[in-house]
Amino acid sequence: MAEAALAAAPVAADKTVLSVKGLEAWYNESHILHGVDLDVREGEVVTLLGRNGAGKTTTLKAIMGIVRKRTGSVVFDGRELIGLSINRIARRGIAFCPEERAIFSSLTVKENLFLPPQIAKTGAMSAEHIFALFPNLRERLSSGGGKLSGGEQQMLAIARILRTGARFLMLDEPTEGLAPVIIEQIGRTVAELKRAGFTILLVEQNFRFASTLSDRFFVMEHGRIIDAFANSELADRMDRLHEALGV
Amino acid sequence: MDIEASITPSDTMSQDRRVGAIAFVVMVALIAIAPFFAYPFFIMQAMCFALFACAFNLLIGYANLLSLGHAMFLGLAAYVCAHAAKVWGLEPVSAIALGVAASAALGFVTGALAIRSAGIYFAMITVAFSQMVFFVCVEAPFTHGEDGIQGVPQGKALGFIDLSNPWILYIFVSVVFLFGFLVVQRAVNSPFGEILKAIRENEPRAISLGYRTLQYKLAAFVLSAVIAGLAGATKALVSQNASLTDVSFSTSGEVVLMTLVGGMGTFYGPVIGALIVVSMQNYLAQFGEWVTVIQGMVFVACVLAFRRGIVGELAALAKISL
Amino acid sequence: MNLFGHTITMPELFGQLLIGLINGSFYALLSLGLAVIFGMLDIVNFAHGAFYMMGAFAAYFLLQYTGLNYWWALILSPLIIGAVGAIVERLFLKRLAGFDPLYGLLLTFGLALIIQGLFQNYFGASGMPYAIPKQLTGAYNLGFMFLPVYRGWVILASAAVCFATWLIIERTKLGAYLRAATENPTMVRAFGINVPRMVTLTYGFGVALAAFAGVLAAPITQVRPGMGADIIAVVFAVVVIGGMGSILGSILTGFVLGVVEGLTKVFYPEASNTVVFVIMAIVLLIRPTGLFGRAA
Repeated sequence: MAEAALAAAPVAADKTVLSVKGLEAWYNESHILHGVDLDVREGEVVTLLGRNGAGKTTTLKAIMGIVRKRTGSVVFDGRELIGLSINRIARRGIAFCPEERAIFSSLTVKENLFLPPQIAKTGAMSAEHIFALFPNLRERLSSGGGKLSGGEQQMLAIARILRTGARFLMLDEPTEGLAPVIIEQIGRTVAELKRAGFTILLVEQNFRFASTLSDRFFVMEHGRIIDAFANSELADRMDRLHEALGV
Repeated sequence: MDIEASITPSDTMSQDRRVGAIAFVVMVALIAIAPFFAYPFFIMQAMCFALFACAFNLLIGYANLLSLGHAMFLGLAAYVCAHAAKVWGLEPVSAIALGVAASAALGFVTGALAIRSAGIYFAMITVAFSQMVFFVCVEAPFTHGEDGIQGVPQGKALGFIDLSNPWILYIFVSVVFLFGFLVVQRAVNSPFGEILKAIRENEPRAISLGYRTLQYKLAAFVLSAVIAGLAGATKALVSQNASLTDVSFSTSGEVVLMTLVGGMGTFYGPVIGALIVVSMQNYLAQFGEWVTVIQGMVFVACVLAFRRGIVGELAALAKISL
Repeated sequence: MNLFGHTITMPELFGQLLIGLINGSFYALLSLGLAVIFGMLDIVNFAHGAFYMMGAFAAYFLLQYTGLNYWWALILSPLIIGAVGAIVERLFLKRLAGFDPLYGLLLTFGLALIIQGLFQNYFGASGMPYAIPKQLTGAYNLGFMFLPVYRGWVILASAAVCFATWLIIERTKLGAYLRAATENPTMVRAFGINVPRMVTLTYGFGVALAAFAGVLAAPITQVRPGMGADIIAVVFAVVVIGGMGSILGSILTGFVLGVVEGLTKVFYPEASNTVVFVIMAIVLLIRPTGLFGRAA
């Protein structure tokens, strides 16, 4: 993309958009999260790192309300989310892009894309803007949702959540299983969204991808946050990180 | 069906067995003294339906298969036994055996077709098949349609046990019931039963371990049909008739109700449930169609709030397996 | 003429075909409602026959007590009974949402008993008459057969409603929500859509379809408490044959099987009651999930 598809937007860099304190969560009897603390400020990209099974996805799902059994505090935009149902949480202005992408195979690409209703007063991203960000989608509009390649599905998944107008996005491993060229494209997209003022909570195993975009990092292990640092401190932490992530 | 922990793990196997033995002895004792407190005919009817419910419970409680057409086995055996006893003059044990054989055959044929489907599909298929059997029974000449087969002779079992003597008949029916009950219990507690439970817990796992799960499920289905047939044939001798009610959808529904109220996945649940439902029908018979309404309400109440049934709740409280 | 050893006249043949097509219309409408409900709720609505019956009764009551005629009933009865369905879902079925779907089946089974028992108590086994509306009386002489106007109307109306339903589900945005929520309700909720409410309304809609069929049936079968129970087993067989989740499958299978049943009545009347079940057995041998179905 030669020029930015979206206009840059001003952000209140000190405003905390999401504040998670002591978040505990269970899948049936399994106690997965043992007290997660993290925060995300407006306009930031924050990445949650950790091995498989550390509880990263569960954290996102607990914030979204998809994991029902949860205690602690999740304050978004000044309102407590614990106790709310999934659709009420979504309507507060949070969008969630799951690891499996969850493209509806019984719908066409077009139906998938235009399914989410506009929920935020900030307005859904228009079709034009979306196609500027994701030009490939335009040609695939009438295909069945299940017929897309992995990369196309990821593009569609991100495009789809932009239609709600939510300014806080949670992306679960957007680069997983994708070719380097596509990963680059996603990287550019996320950078664009950041420039446009979106706040993004990212879960990533692809360390290099995250390091180019992320302002801050939280490291998870066994359902807890064991480390937190800014991008500038990354170089110093590399050895410790390699140990924690097992890479 | 996720029977909510009706089968609670006990501390030791031997405690389970002790409790089971005590419960069985209690049941035999109750059967022995019951005719002094209630009409023997009523108790014999209850025992037949209790056996029917045990057969149904074998499928739903241990193999996770909901059969909504189980009356086809009860009724077909009843008709065949009644016909064999009345028209062919066979003595009772042979007549019952013939009835059971008919149910077994029906069970094998319908089971083979139904077993490949799971859950909801399976239930609906059993509905359809049992309706088919119902319609065949309406048309078939030997069933005498609406009139049914009346005046079935009770005869002499094995040639010398005179079943027209009410006491002897009572003992005979009790023996049949206890025998059937034990067969079900043995099947569940055997290696066969363990594999069934494993299939219920995690069928893909069982398949990957090399078990031909379809065959096990079919075996359970046929066994259930056989026991239900035993109940039906015996019932034909007790009530001395076989009618369309025996193959009707309402009878299929009743056995579900009995097992639900009594406790699915327990041994004694179906027995208690049968006793309750048969009693209910006797006492409420004067209210006509209200019986259906009340049964429906009990159904709804059980499903919403009382899924473990009476015995299931008791067993969970006492932390034993019944 | 002589077909397969039976002497039959053209009018007789087409007369039976017509009856078959009419029965097929009801099978299609009812199995469509069942398929819609099953798709969204994973529940086999055993009370479907009862709601069909209530639809007919609602038409009867509307006429008896408010003087509102058939045409009003066509609209009001589905709305009223559909609302009852929505309430049932909200009060009872919703509580079973997390459990094994067989519990939902059992609940609707119990409900069917209650509803049918109640109506049987108050109205007995015999039926209430319901007249064919004035505008639809009479018959057309088509030369090879007589076509009663009302019968023709039933077929047209059923086909139209089935087609409209299919259109809404497959081609509109509302239908897209339904299909998406059927596939992945959690994700649809994550977009801010109140899926539980959608589920309630979908159940209500399925029930409304049954009630609509009931109104159509009223002048033909008369209004009887047992009318639901009589038809439900065949409808289940139709749904199994067509495939549980398939909208198109249920519609097509319903019409086709009605015609097959009608033809069987011509050539082999004794089997007409059971032919649908025999076909079901055959289909299950070849395709355990039905002709158009998805795996349960």
